[in-house]
Amino acid sequence: MEFDMTFVWAFVVGGLICVMGQLLLDLTKLTPAHVMVVLVGFGSVLDGLGLYEKLIEFAGAGATVPITSFGNALVHGAMAEAKMHGVVGIITGIFEVTSAGISAAIVFSFFAALVFRPKG
Amino acid sequence: MPLIGKQTWQFPSQPYLLATGVVGGPKEGQGPLGQDFDNIHSDSYIGQESWEKAERRLFEEACEIALQKANVQSDQVDVLYAGDLLNQIVTSNFAARTLSVPFLGLFGACSTSMEGLALAAMTVDAGYATHALAATASHNSTAERQFRYPTEYGGQKPPTAQCTVTGAGAALIGVNGPGHLPRITHATIGKVVDLGIKSPFEMGPAMAPAAADTISRHFKDTGLTPEDYDLIVTGDLARIGHVLAAELLEQEGIYLGDKFKDCGILVYDPDQEEVFSGGSGCACCAVVSYGHLLKRLMRGELERILICATGALLSPTSSQQGESIPCVAHAVAIERRLS
Repeated sequence: MEFDMTFVWAFVVGGLICVMGQLLLDLTKLTPAHVMVVLVGFGSVLDGLGLYEKLIEFAGAGATVPITSFGNALVHGAMAEAKMHGVVGIITGIFEVTSAGISAAIVFSFFAALVFRPKG
Repeated sequence: MPLIGKQTWQFPSQPYLLATGVVGGPKEGQGPLGQDFDNIHSDSYIGQESWEKAERRLFEEACEIALQKANVQSDQVDVLYAGDLLNQIVTSNFAARTLSVPFLGLFGACSTSMEGLALAAMTVDAGYATHALAATASHNSTAERQFRYPTEYGGQKPPTAQCTVTGAGAALIGVNGPGHLPRITHATIGKVVDLGIKSPFEMGPAMAPAAADTISRHFKDTGLTPEDYDLIVTGDLARIGHVLAAELLEQEGIYLGDKFKDCGILVYDPDQEEVFSGGSGCACCAVVSYGHLLKRLMRGELERILICATGALLSPTSSQQGESIPCVAHAVAIERRLS
């Protein structure tokens, strides 16, 4: 079987995004929350320039798993809805694609709270 | 006059440090001072359903042990001075409900142990109490979510960060006691000092100027010199802040050398997991002073010590709004005459 380079690129690209986050944490005074916002912003700008989809085609999960892909999904949904419904679509579309991720976070958190100790 | 110099109280009656109670959590028990604790818990929940309740239990236990050792009943305690790190000092408030003694709540962050001890000694010295109890507690996990991030978040910390000590310390001060017990001779009340450090992960460097200010003020007020003490310890400056405090004191011409220690450095082994630059928290100074240092006094290895507890007076809101960290340090001198 031929060796699939997708895995290698997923590792490299995903890793580089994480390295970016780690450097921001270590070299700047940004808090983890700031770093998350920077990475989400970075992903959304890349998608605005039409580059994030290409990165996903190239690196697969290496680009979809890190938080930058959330920024990509926000912009992606907004642009898709804007094409269909105009300006209002930008607002309604922001959570169009990301709703799965957000709803999953809420639902899984609920089940985790049933099993673990939410009071800490 | 009991006020000497500008900020130092000299206690004419030299109240007795009758007994202490010291309780620690798992990481503290595994540390180099584990054998100096009265009780060590291997479970950070201490059999309670939340860490807040565990902190409260640690506090109550430390007080119970101190009273038991001195053979004093809780109804003989005339006043309890206590504080902790949680909002509205709930640990102290709730534990004081259990203990049911006259209670004055304090907030001095990690300087609370010596703030309470100074007040307890003053109250006893002035004749307002026969027995006064000073106590404080902290818990790593409650402090994490009070000051930093939710515990389940698992945020990374820089090596300058410190590890909040899980534990509690209580000291019972009395008018009369057997001659072999240590006595409180002086207390120097610190001013709030702020040199503009903003990062909550750099508490040691933020607090170092306050410690240096109080220690140098103590020597100026009393006329004593470092030679008069066997040990001068700071509360929780840890490995970075302690070096800075030593430098600041040297600039004032005070050379402490090997006599200068820090409870935050003493409490953990540097190789222990996630202790970063050392210990911190209300309990840090309390457990090291009331456990380790008191045992050394009782063994006769030390005769006279100065304990300077340091507190960073920030709130999560003040630090999120980008304000710098005001800090305070209070010093108490304890003496045990060997002759």
